[in-house]
Amino acid sequence: MSKKEEIIRVDHITKRYDENAVLDDFSLSVHEGEVVVIVGPSGCGKSTILRIMNGLEPIQKGEVTYRGEKVDGKLGSITRIREKVGMVFQSYELFPHKTILQNVMLAPLLVQKRDRKEVKEEALQLLARVGLSEKKNAYPRQLSGGQKQRVAIVRALAMHPEVLLFDEVTAALDPEMVREVLDVLLSLAKEGKTMVIVTHEMSFAKAVADRVIFLDGGHLEEEGTASEFFDHPKTERAKQFLHTFTYDKVEREEER
Amino acid sequence: MQNLGIDVLFKGSNMMRLLGGLWVSLRISLIAVFFSVILGVPLGILMSRNSRIIRAITRLYLEIVRIMPQMVLLFIVFFGTTRVFGWNLDAEVASVIVFSFWGCAEMSDLVRGALISIPKHQYESAKALGMNSFAVFFFIILPQTIRRLLPLSINLVTRMIKTTSLVMMIGVVEVLKVGQQIIEANRTSSPNAAFGVYGTVFLLYFIGCWPISMLSKYLEKKWKND
Amino acid sequence: MNWEVIGSYLPLFWKAMWLTLQIGWIGIAFATLIGILVAIVRFYKVPVASQIAGVYIELFRNTPLLVQLFFLYFALPKLGIPMRADFTGAMGLALLGGAYMAETFRSGLESVAKIQTESAASLGMNKSQTVWHIIFPQAFARSVPSFVANVIFLLKETSVFSAISLMDLMFTAKDLIGLYYKTTECLVLLVFFYALILIPVSVLGDRLERRVRHAEFGD
Repeated sequence: MSKKEEIIRVDHITKRYDENAVLDDFSLSVHEGEVVVIVGPSGCGKSTILRIMNGLEPIQKGEVTYRGEKVDGKLGSITRIREKVGMVFQSYELFPHKTILQNVMLAPLLVQKRDRKEVKEEALQLLARVGLSEKKNAYPRQLSGGQKQRVAIVRALAMHPEVLLFDEVTAALDPEMVREVLDVLLSLAKEGKTMVIVTHEMSFAKAVADRVIFLDGGHLEEEGTASEFFDHPKTERAKQFLHTFTYDKVEREEER
Repeated sequence: MQNLGIDVLFKGSNMMRLLGGLWVSLRISLIAVFFSVILGVPLGILMSRNSRIIRAITRLYLEIVRIMPQMVLLFIVFFGTTRVFGWNLDAEVASVIVFSFWGCAEMSDLVRGALISIPKHQYESAKALGMNSFAVFFFIILPQTIRRLLPLSINLVTRMIKTTSLVMMIGVVEVLKVGQQIIEANRTSSPNAAFGVYGTVFLLYFIGCWPISMLSKYLEKKWKND
Repeated sequence: MNWEVIGSYLPLFWKAMWLTLQIGWIGIAFATLIGILVAIVRFYKVPVASQIAGVYIELFRNTPLLVQLFFLYFALPKLGIPMRADFTGAMGLALLGGAYMAETFRSGLESVAKIQTESAASLGMNKSQTVWHIIFPQAFARSVPSFVANVIFLLKETSVFSAISLMDLMFTAKDLIGLYYKTTECLVLLVFFYALILIPVSVLGDRLERRVRHAEFGD
C-alpha cells in the first residue's frame, strides 16, 4: 500500500465548534487507487473529515497536505486543490437553475477552461454510463433523488478529480434508490478510482472498502481491512456499533 | 442655514397641534384596522373553503384592491358618493370606509394564506386522535394560524398608518396638513420652517411605525422555526 | 354619464398618464438599481456601508411616500438644494422603492442555501464564478414574485404625485372636478386609466413569475 503515492493527508487535525471538539488529533492518509470507508455513529465527525479535506471547514490545529503540498487558507491554493478533489454531498446540491447537462459542463468550462465540444462529448458519455442520457435537458427538480445523486457524481467526475469524497450520498434516498447510486460507486472502485466514502450502508462498506476507519467521539477507534473490521472487530465500541445493525429474532411471550 | 425652522415647533401650541394632527391619522388607521380585522377574518375563513362562487367574487374584490391605488378609491368614495347618492360624506368617514375596504381585502388574504398553509396532515392527525371538527379548529388549527398571521397583521397596521397620510388629499386635517398650516402661518417670521416641520413629521411617522415593524419582524423570527 | 364630456377629457387624461408612466418607470428603474446595490451591501455585510444601508431601509420603509415627497420637495430647498417637481417624484419613488427592493433581493440572496456555495466551491469555482453563475441567478429567480409586487405597489404610489403639483391623473381629475363638477366622468376616466396602467403590469408580472419558475427551476 505504501508503495503507491500518497494523494491526500490530514495530519493531527483538531476541529472545534465553540468548545466541543468534533475531531481530536485525527490523522489519515489516502493513497492512490485506495478506497477508504469511514464509519461511525452519528455526530462522530465523519463528514467533517471530508469537509476539511476539501477546505470547506477551518481547523484549529494540524494540517492538510495534497500530494505533499500544504493546503493553507489562501484562496488560490484551495481553489486549485478543490479542482482535483471531487465531492458529492448527501443533499445532491445540483444547481436548480441549470439543466442536467449544464450542471455537468459548468465547472469544466468555467474552471478548467476546456473546449466546449470535448466537454460536452465527455459529459454525454458519463451520463450514458449512469443511464441518464435521456435526462440531459431536464432540470434537477424533474429527477428522482437517486437520479439526482447519479448526476452529482457525474458532475464531480467531469472535473477529472484525483480523489473523490462521498459524504453519506445515500442517506437522503428512498431505500429502493440506494442501490442504483451505490452501483455507480462500486464500478468506480473497480476502475481503481481513489475514494473516501462516509456511509451508513455496512454491507456496501464491506464490499467496497480497502480500508475501514471507525470513528467515535472525534477520534480514531479502530482501523483495518474490511474483513478485519466487519468480521473480527477488535474494540468493544466497534462491536457495539456493528451490533446496532443486526436484530435478534423476537420471541413472543406466549410462545415460550 | 442659520435657522432650519425647528424653532417654529416650540412656538405657542405648534407641537401640540402637530401631535393632534398625528392623532387624527392614528385614529383613522385604528378604526380602519378594527373593521379590517372584524370583517377580514370571517371573509378569509370563507375564502379558505373551496367554493367556486365565493372564490370568483373574492378574487374580483382582491384584484380591484390590488390594482387600484388607495388614492383613487378615496376619490371615488369621497367625490362619487356626493354625486351619486347626494350624500355629503365627511372626509374622515370616507377615509375610514376606504381603508376598511382595502384593509379587509388584505386581512382576508392573510387569513386565507395562513389557513391553507397549515398542512393537511395536521387536520388528519388531530381527527385520528378522535377530536371533533370544533376541537380540531380551536385547539390545533387556530393556534398555528395565529402564529403565522400575527406578524403579518401587525405589519398591516404600519401600512395602514402610512397610508392614512393620503387623507390630507381629500381635506382631512391630519399631521401633514397641520404642518402645512404652521408653515403658512409663520411664513414671514420663519421662512425655513418647511425643513423643521416636515422633518419632524417624517420622524413622527418613523417613530410611530418603526417599533411596530420591529415587533412584527421579531415575532416572525421567533415563531418561524416552531 | 356624458360621453361627450368623456371624449373631451380623454386627451387630458392621456397626457397625465404619460407623465405618471414616465416618472413611474424612471423611479422604478432607479429603485431596482438601488435595491440591488443595497441588498448586496447588506448580504455581504460590508462594514459601515451595511449599517448605513440598514438605517436607510428602515427610514424609508417606515414613512409614507407623501411625507417623503414633502420633505424632499419643500424642505431640501431650504438647505439650498433646488428641487424640480418631476425630479422629486422620481427620486422619492426611487428612494422608497429602493428600500423595498433591497429587502426583496436580500431575502432572495438569503434563500440560496450555503451548501450551494460549498457545492460550487468543491468543483473548484472561485468566489466571483460562484456569485455570478450560482448565487445570483437563483436569487434573482426567487425574487421575482416579490419584485413584481413591488412594481405594482410603486406604480400605485405614484398617485400621490399631485401633492407636489405634478399634473398626473389624480391632479387632472381633481382639477376637472373642481372646475366643472363632472364628477362621474372624471372618476370613470380615473379608474379606466389606472386600470390601463396596472392591469398589463399585473398580467405580465404573473407571466414572468411563471416563466422564471419554469426556466430556472424547471417545473
